[in-house]
Parts: sequence; structure tokens; C-alpha cells
Amino acid sequence: MSRRPYTPKMTYGWWLERPFYTRYMIRELSSAFVTAYSGLLIVGLWRLAEGEAAWNGYVSALSHPATLVFQGIALLFALYHTVTWFAVTPRTTPVIVGEDFLPPQPVIIAQYAAWIFASAVIIGAALWF
Amino acid sequence: MSNTTTVTLEVLRYDPERDQEPRFQSFEVPYDEDWVVLDALNWIKDNTDSTLTYRWSCHMAVCGSCGMVVNGEEKLTCKAFLRDYLGRGPIRVEPLRNFPIERDLVVDMEGFMAKLESVKPWIIRDEEKPVEDGEYIQLPKQLKRFKHHTLCINCLLCYSACPQVGLNPGFIGPAALALAHRYNLDSRDQGRHERQEVTGSADGVWECTFVSACSDVCPKHVEPGGAIQEQKIANSVDWFLDHLIPGRSSAGRTKE
Repeated sequence: MSRRPYTPKMTYGWWLERPFYTRYMIRELSSAFVTAYSGLLIVGLWRLAEGEAAWNGYVSALSHPATLVFQGIALLFALYHTVTWFAVTPRTTPVIVGEDFLPPQPVIIAQYAAWIFASAVIIGAALWF
Repeated sequence: MSNTTTVTLEVLRYDPERDQEPRFQSFEVPYDEDWVVLDALNWIKDNTDSTLTYRWSCHMAVCGSCGMVVNGEEKLTCKAFLRDYLGRGPIRVEPLRNFPIERDLVVDMEGFMAKLESVKPWIIRDEEKPVEDGEYIQLPKQLKRFKHHTLCINCLLCYSACPQVGLNPGFIGPAALALAHRYNLDSRDQGRHERQEVTGSADGVWECTFVSACSDVCPKHVEPGGAIQEQKIANSVDWFLDHLIPGRSSAGRTKE
């Protein structure tokens, strides 16, 4: 008897076959929006360096409905990106305390605490100055 | 208590001598509340079709032979109870994904065996200590650090669940990389940088995009997804130190 193994091919829609894969692909897609928003902030720095008129133009462009819609979508994807990465971080950084591994919850909670603290500092600084 | 008397199994069949591609075949199997999918397959083989081909051995989630895809999820079929699939139509049983199908539910594991060997999953020493010098001492805390990575039974559920294995057949994959990490973390081992030539290559840890389906389906909680991310961190640290410190080269170096 001769061997003739059959090699199945992956479909282009493999990521729709399981909700787990779909959530993963949304996380991957969210990177594009996080990158695009980072680009928007870098453009802001560039416009700021060009002077007051350029900066005012940038600020008014940010208020345009299309830019607002983009910012809203980017915020949702950034939140999704953050929450899903916070959830898997304990897997990447096992910490032994005493005789056993630290359970995931304290690591996840610490990330949220750091996020809230950093946000409070930035928002506080923006309101102060 | 269920009144169910039979269940239907849709089993993927592939006869390399007759079939051009796999097909599904339905079997009516008596229902027993304590039966697992493997019991149902054994019943088919004993009573309906003796040509049905699949691997199994221990029937107690130790040997890792009976991994299959049940209703779209990777399972050890000796742990997949029929009662958990009732009321959802036929139970579909397929071979593991991302492997060539040898026959019916049996896949070709040769590629995996080569990948496993390529990461040198054994203790590597700069110089072997003579036996008369005694054993290598290891503290319980040092063992704790990697023990969960030693529990792998090579069931290959993780390779089936990993889309990167399917998309890039050269990817060394979760179980082999987790085992490499197990030895890297072993306080008696000095072979991390030697292994890194393979684990840090294009087919190594950097093929992983942290889908983490491997860890999700692992029946032994080996945590291959985490093991791979930890190796990415170690790789990155080496890369930066190699570029920052003149004369430092992690390639071929042994662990301090």
C-alpha cells in the first residue's frame, strides 16, 4: 500500500470560522487604527512646529465631522486593543511570588491602575496648562 | 438523566487508495451518558466499519494520541463526553487541522517530529560533569518556574488550533517552542543561545502573532503561547545588548 496523504488547504475565510479567530483578527485590525491615530498626532506636532496658523488649521481640521467620526472609530479600536492586550499580558510575564506564580488578576488590575493614573496625569496636565 | 438512545457521528473519511479528497460519513451510535467520543469511535470500529482508522492508546488523557477536531474544536476525544454535545445535531469528528491526512482521522506527524528535534529539547551543558561529581542540584522554586512547560503530551491540539501553523507550514510551532523554553528555563541547562539559532530564526518565535489559541486548547495547561512571548522578550534583549555592547554576540554563546 502506497502513501498518498491529503493536504487540506486553509480557506481565506478561516478567521470567520471561529469567534476566537474573529476576535483575534479584530485585535490585529485595531493596530491599523492605533497607527493611523498616532500618525494624526505626529502631524499635529509637525503643524505646531510650523507656527500658529498651521496649528489653528490642524485644530479646525480635527473638528471636521469626518475627522470626528475617524477619531470615534479609532477610540473604539484603541479601547478594544488595550483591553484585549491587558487580558493576555499575564501570559507573557509570569511572576513567581513566594512559592507560586502570581495569578493573572493582580497583573491585569495593575495595568488598569497604571492606565487610569497615566490618563489622569495627562488630562490633569492638559487642564492645568 | 437523558432519554437519548443514539447519537449520530459525522466522521471524516479519507482512503488514499480510493478517494481524491476527504468526505464525511454518518454513523448511528448507541448513547451512553459516560461515553466519550473515543468510545463512540471504538464502537463504530468494533460493530459497523472495521476500516475506520484513528490513533488512541491510554483513554485517560495521558498519551496524547487521540487528539481530533470535534464540532470544530480541538479535543482529546477521550475527554470529550457525548453528553456535552447532545441537542446540537450530529457530532462532527475530523482529524487535526494543519497536518496532511494520512487516512481517515490519522494525520502525518513527521513534520512535527523534525521541528521538535530541531529545538534540541534536552539539557545542553558547556562541559558535562563527571558522574562521580554528583547530580545537578535544583531547588523546588527553580523547578516551579518551568514545570508547567514539561507537561506537554505532544497531542498536537495546539498545532491544529494555530492559524500561523496553517498559513506558514515552516513555523516551528507552539509545542516545540514551549519545550525549547522549558529547557531554556531549566537551571541545569546552558543551551539557550544554541537553541536560539532555531527558535529566534524566521520560522521560530517571530512567526507567532500571539493568537493564543494554542494555550486555549491545551489540555495540560502547558501555556505555549506565553512560552513563545517570553522567548521573544529574551530574543529582543539579546539583540539590543548585542548592538549596544561592543564585542558581545549572543549567537553561539552559552548562558551565564
